[in-house]
Amino acid sequence: MVIDIQQIRKVYRVGEVDVTALDDVSLGVARGDFVAIMGASGSGKSTLLNILGCLDRPSSGSYRLDGIEVSGMGPDQLANVRSRKLGFIFQNFNLLSRTSALENVELPLLYGNPIGHAARHRKALAMLERMELGSRVHHFPGQLSGGQQQRVAIARALVNDPAVILADEPTGNLDSRSSNEIMKLFQEVNAQGLTIIMVTHETDVAAFARRTLQMRDGRFI
Amino acid sequence: MNIGPTIKVAFRALRRNRVRSALTSLGIIIGTAAVIAVLSVGQGAAVMIQSQIGSMGSNLLLIFPGSMNNSGVRSGSGGQQSLTVADGETIARECPNIVALSPMIRTGNQVVYGNNNWSTSIQGVTPAFSRVRNWNVSSGDYFTEADVRTGARVCLVGATLVTQLFLDENPVGQSIRIRNIPFRVIGVLEPKGTAAWGQDQDDTIVMPWTTVRRVLQRSPFSNVNNLLVSVASAEDIATATRTIGAILRQSHRIQEGSDDDFTITDMAEIAKTITSVSSLMTLLLSVIASISLLVGGIGIMNIMLVSVTERTREIGIRMAVGARQNDIMLQFLVEALTLSLLGGLIGAGLGALAANVVSRVNHWPVLVSVQSIGLALFFSSAIGVFFGFYPAWRAARLNPIDCLRHE
Ligand SMILES: Nc1ncnc2c1ncn2[C@@H]1O[C@H](COP(=O)(O)OP(=O)(O)OP(=O)(O)O)[C@@H](O)[C@H]1O
Ligand SMILES: [Mg+2]
Repeated sequence: MVIDIQQIRKVYRVGEVDVTALDDVSLGVARGDFVAIMGASGSGKSTLLNILGCLDRPSSGSYRLDGIEVSGMGPDQLANVRSRKLGFIFQNFNLLSRTSALENVELPLLYGNPIGHAARHRKALAMLERMELGSRVHHFPGQLSGGQQQRVAIARALVNDPAVILADEPTGNLDSRSSNEIMKLFQEVNAQGLTIIMVTHETDVAAFARRTLQMRDGRFI
Repeated sequence: MNIGPTIKVAFRALRRNRVRSALTSLGIIIGTAAVIAVLSVGQGAAVMIQSQIGSMGSNLLLIFPGSMNNSGVRSGSGGQQSLTVADGETIARECPNIVALSPMIRTGNQVVYGNNNWSTSIQGVTPAFSRVRNWNVSSGDYFTEADVRTGARVCLVGATLVTQLFLDENPVGQSIRIRNIPFRVIGVLEPKGTAAWGQDQDDTIVMPWTTVRRVLQRSPFSNVNNLLVSVASAEDIATATRTIGAILRQSHRIQEGSDDDFTITDMAEIAKTITSVSSLMTLLLSVIASISLLVGGIGIMNIMLVSVTERTREIGIRMAVGARQNDIMLQFLVEALTLSLLGGLIGAGLGALAANVVSRVNHWPVLVSVQSIGLALFFSSAIGVFFGFYPAWRAARLNPIDCLRHE
């Protein structure tokens, strides 16, 4: 199991009220799996994904990522985990504006164990070419289409050879053609052994995954 | 994180808000410029004062008639007659570590040469004056002891008179008239420049003291305005001061416990006073200038806080791809440092320029020292780091998920 969470709870306190976003969720994901998570709005999908991505911490429960317990880690240790094991893809792409596609893809290579300038350049360029963006490397995000931006984001997520890709509604802002392209890419990298966990609202997008899980009120059903 | 890309990111962020960056740096620019200007002008003035005091003559003691009360104000017009040429002769004879001694009788008058006239000061001295004041003639000769004995009507003129009275003719051998009495110019004094107290030392005529008293003032008395004493070395000043005091008290028959009727001042002492006053001024102005540097630092802090808020999402993205707290902190610190260091560099340039202008106007030596520039740059970067620290720390402590959700 590359991902193994046991009884994860996440409780937000809003004013006087406790909102339980995740209610004792347990999940195991094997290496090379491609999981789609679906569910109504507010069911806790993003909350779960953020915890899996070490961007947020659970209120309680245990989380083993690639065999390492991460639930008790401090901010810098979590940053190292994100740097070495995880890649993120967001609905709104989250690229740095006024920064070229190439530099966006280079970004993860600046942190953790930084490599030299030339190697960084080479790796990022190769990854963009794999995303068929070889002719767009010096474009800013604003000069790219939604689908192209999401492919830059995928290149950025993949450039550090992560163990797991976490995607929160990666096709939410894209038309069906771009969505299909992105999903083909996902299947391609998944076929090469990468684990993918993806949140989506669309059944035809979820159909690209190996399996689909449903959430309701902070639990899997 | 490697420092190269960090600096690149910092520059890009600053370039994105050119006007804002420039205005933020302005505080540091003004502060640094002020510090550099004040330090440089202060150092230039100090060197100027030192060289002027030095030009007074080395290891010089001045003996004035009348006593000095505690607050340092010379009192007692009754004492004006109390110091004479004879006192000087006694001192020269009895005090061992004296190199040269000259009486000084001052007056002033209009001097006429041909159709020109010029008001100047007249100093009556002995030939030892040249030794005491370290002041030789640039052409012609000094007058001699014989001229002093006879009260010869000869004189030396200062450099200012050469231009003002003789209109750059050679004065040596010419005759000038003072109170209608003709005097022969036998030499021109080397230029000495402006004294520390602003007086033009070259605007003067020097002649035997006997000539001033007997010929110009028609007076039989030999009391002096002061005695100028040159001591062998700086270490001898204290001993010489004590010995001269004892000699004068004895020859003036001053009882134990009563006030002296003379005052001995040491030029080094005066130099020290003037220098300490001027360095106090420099210090004071530097403090004021530093305050503007501080205000500049607060400006940087303010803008950095704005920058952190504006770029919360960017911070979130960087954290998501693996940036640690130190990476984020370093990025904002480098940005603050760049702002302040650039401001410091520009300010140092402007300050050096200002110091140059001030020095040129005042005819001071220009002294923009490497140390003062180094100091200003060090302080401006220290201020950048100091005031950039809090915003950078705040950025580093942000939660990645909160940053990514930030609008
Ligand atoms: N920062 C927060 N503070 C308080 N409550 C929160 C916060 N984030 C999420 N919640 C709550 O937690 C619950 C789950 O939110 P979450 O964003 O995980 O839903 P989701 O399944 O991703 O919904 P959607 O499909 O609309 O994106 C919701 O009820 C939401 O109101
Ligand atoms: Mg969501």
